[in-house]
Amino acid sequence: MPERTSELADLVGQEHAATGREYAAGFVTEIEADTLPPGLDESIVRAISTKKEEPPWMTEWRLDAYRRWLSMPPPRWAHVQFPDIDFQAISYFSAPKGDAPKSLDEVDPELLRTYEKLGIPLHERARLAGVEAADEEAPQVAVDAVFDSVSVATTFKERLAEAGVVFCSMSEAIREHPDLVRRYLGSVVPKPDNFYSALNSAVFSDGSFVYVPKGTRCPMELSTYFRINAENTGQFERTLIIADEGAYVSYLEGCTAPMRDDNQLHAAVVELVALEDAEIKYSTVQNWYPGDEQGNGGIYNFVTKRGACLGDRSKISWTQVETGSAITWKYPSVVLRGADSVGEFYSVALTRNFQQADTGTKMTHIGPRTKSTIVSKGISAGSSQNSYRGRVRMNPGARGARNHTQCDSLLIGDACGAHTFPYIESKLPSSVIEHEATTSKVSDEQLFLCQQRGIDPEKAVAMIVNGFCRDVFRTLPMEFAVEAAKLLEVSLEGAVG
Amino acid sequence: MSLLRIEDLHVEVDGKPILVGIDLAVEAGEVHAVMGPNGSGKSTLANVLAGRPGYDVVRGSMTVDGEDVRTLSPEERSLHGLFLAFQYPIEIPGVSNMEFLKAAVDAHALGRGEEPPTAVDFVKRARVAATRLQFDPDFLKRGVNDGFSGGEKKRNEILQMLILEPRLAVLDETDSGLDIDALQVVADGINAFRANSNAVVLVTHYQRLLNYVVPDHVHVLADGRIVHSGDRGLALELEERGYGWLGG
Ligand SMILES: Nc1ncnc2c1ncn2[C@@H]1O[C@H](COP(=O)(O)OP(=O)(O)OP(=O)(O)O)[C@@H](O)[C@H]1O
Ligand SMILES: [Mg+2]
Repeated sequence: MPERTSELADLVGQEHAATGREYAAGFVTEIEADTLPPGLDESIVRAISTKKEEPPWMTEWRLDAYRRWLSMPPPRWAHVQFPDIDFQAISYFSAPKGDAPKSLDEVDPELLRTYEKLGIPLHERARLAGVEAADEEAPQVAVDAVFDSVSVATTFKERLAEAGVVFCSMSEAIREHPDLVRRYLGSVVPKPDNFYSALNSAVFSDGSFVYVPKGTRCPMELSTYFRINAENTGQFERTLIIADEGAYVSYLEGCTAPMRDDNQLHAAVVELVALEDAEIKYSTVQNWYPGDEQGNGGIYNFVTKRGACLGDRSKISWTQVETGSAITWKYPSVVLRGADSVGEFYSVALTRNFQQADTGTKMTHIGPRTKSTIVSKGISAGSSQNSYRGRVRMNPGARGARNHTQCDSLLIGDACGAHTFPYIESKLPSSVIEHEATTSKVSDEQLFLCQQRGIDPEKAVAMIVNGFCRDVFRTLPMEFAVEAAKLLEVSLEGAVG
Repeated sequence: MSLLRIEDLHVEVDGKPILVGIDLAVEAGEVHAVMGPNGSGKSTLANVLAGRPGYDVVRGSMTVDGEDVRTLSPEERSLHGLFLAFQYPIEIPGVSNMEFLKAAVDAHALGRGEEPPTAVDFVKRARVAATRLQFDPDFLKRGVNDGFSGGEKKRNEILQMLILEPRLAVLDETDSGLDIDALQVVADGINAFRANSNAVVLVTHYQRLLNYVVPDHVHVLADGRIVHSGDRGLALELEERGYGWLGG
């Protein structure tokens, strides 16, 4: 084997680039579904809880969230525009018919085919999408697959259990690990945190739950794959990850949906808890259906993600690659409570056609010497609008805290927009906050240079965008970095011209 | 059949006539120098050959190996063997020279219906070419022309030419802004490239480069047409007497 130079690694990333067209995940799976009628009231909330055979405390928790939600207005401050959502027109629960499968063998073959088609094989020998089996030592990935409102399969549970790691659907966690769930659910994102978190708390259907015990390094990558299939159905998943003292876990989520003319709502809540010396790395490759070229249809992705570095020296790292959704409203954040804890946010957000993204992060420094890093790369093409919104707050106890923010925008064409809204709140003289921002454009001269060397313009744009995003891709696990680069390339097709 | 044949070429930019009747034939194995005052249309000729947007051919033809290139996109012309070394090479920050070269080489291989080289083979090849142009190894990892000095940018154009091995290389003032050593490196690169299977059009203001890269023909472009052609002696004469004696 040749030495693995960094150039080679860079080149390999380029070599895997695909040439698919359009939105490949846009198909619909014909499967019988058990769907609640549209509309939302207390009886619907109770019905969801009953369907999931939840204990009374959980039903009460949901009802409390629902009542709070009723009196809350939807947020209007984001730099996005869309008609008011009719929350009574949405169905809040849809699941493939039949009893929940107890093992992989019981999963409906039609569902297995769906995930196969999406490149997420659920049998346990296979690795994740697009990863060639070149290296037998390549890490395996455990997958939790969530189809509309329910988790349909979780792989590698036994191997994880040997290490003491719990990786299951949220529904199962409520039944099997009620103490952990009661203790931490809503502890990072309180029910009334915002309009969508309150709604999610009332009606969330499923999602993933992870617990990594003290001193344990999770033996494989964990990942959840979210798929919206049913029409007029909202998806409200709930994820909770707890890394106990000294634990480490790396988790990745991926998302797709069929192409439909209506907008569909996705309002997830993700909570991360890192205790002393624990580390959580959370990566997202978001490719919800973005709508068509005229801006019809697509997912409204209104998501609340937050991590709490509760313990000293704990670390939470968010990486997101956002290419899908008609509208993205999302601020994966870290509350840095433990002394010397570290929060990171690495983001690539690509918008084209009429997509709108308002995304960024909040870093709240509470403990002394806490440190945060923000790297945001926004790419706008077509008539899209791409905003970075970030808040760095230094509380009085955060002596010697530091933040560094790097916020870059890349424009492709003249009709798109890039915006930056940084908020800095600090009265602490001992803290250091650095903010750098750049805006650049893919120029005609650059494209011509590439063309003169034989590289077609789409490929050239993909190459330039990839280079622009490198600092973020570097933070993804290797196989996902390749996926992300590929996804960007496919998403950019037709963006020049 | 000439490698490059240009007949009665008229080119406008923004509706303004810039080239007004160029005739030029370049045979395989030849080096042609194109000289002429600032603003006479040398870069326009180079750019229109490469298919740069904004340059409108209003009359005439240009063929490379018998194929009319007017209807080809810039990348198709590149795959057809046409290479342009830019007078003002531009920067692509974030894209490494290595990636850029690999993408170009892959495109050319695919264009010929061949498998692109493996990353390992390619890296070896790129390193050899980089050494020949006296770049230190780190150069390949840096962004395309990103933060390069003027001279480094010019050497980088020659490196790209050596790696892509075009049929026809049009070098637009690649010798401008080079120090004496760099000029030698660039000239060595061009001479290493010269072969019976290709041709070079050198746009230059200085006779010095022509001491190293001896041209078969020298042309003078003025006011959008070739007003005089000769052998390399013409370049020496121009150095001495300037362009005035040739008339418009
Ligand atoms: N985009 C443009 N718009 C208007 N005029 C242009 C444009 N591009 C070139 N020209 C004009 O065309 C003429 C020829 O320019 P060109 O760059 O070809 O000259 P050149 O011979 O290469 O000069 P130099 O020796 O200075 O490089 C000049 O008068 C220039 O101003
Ligand atoms: Mg010029």
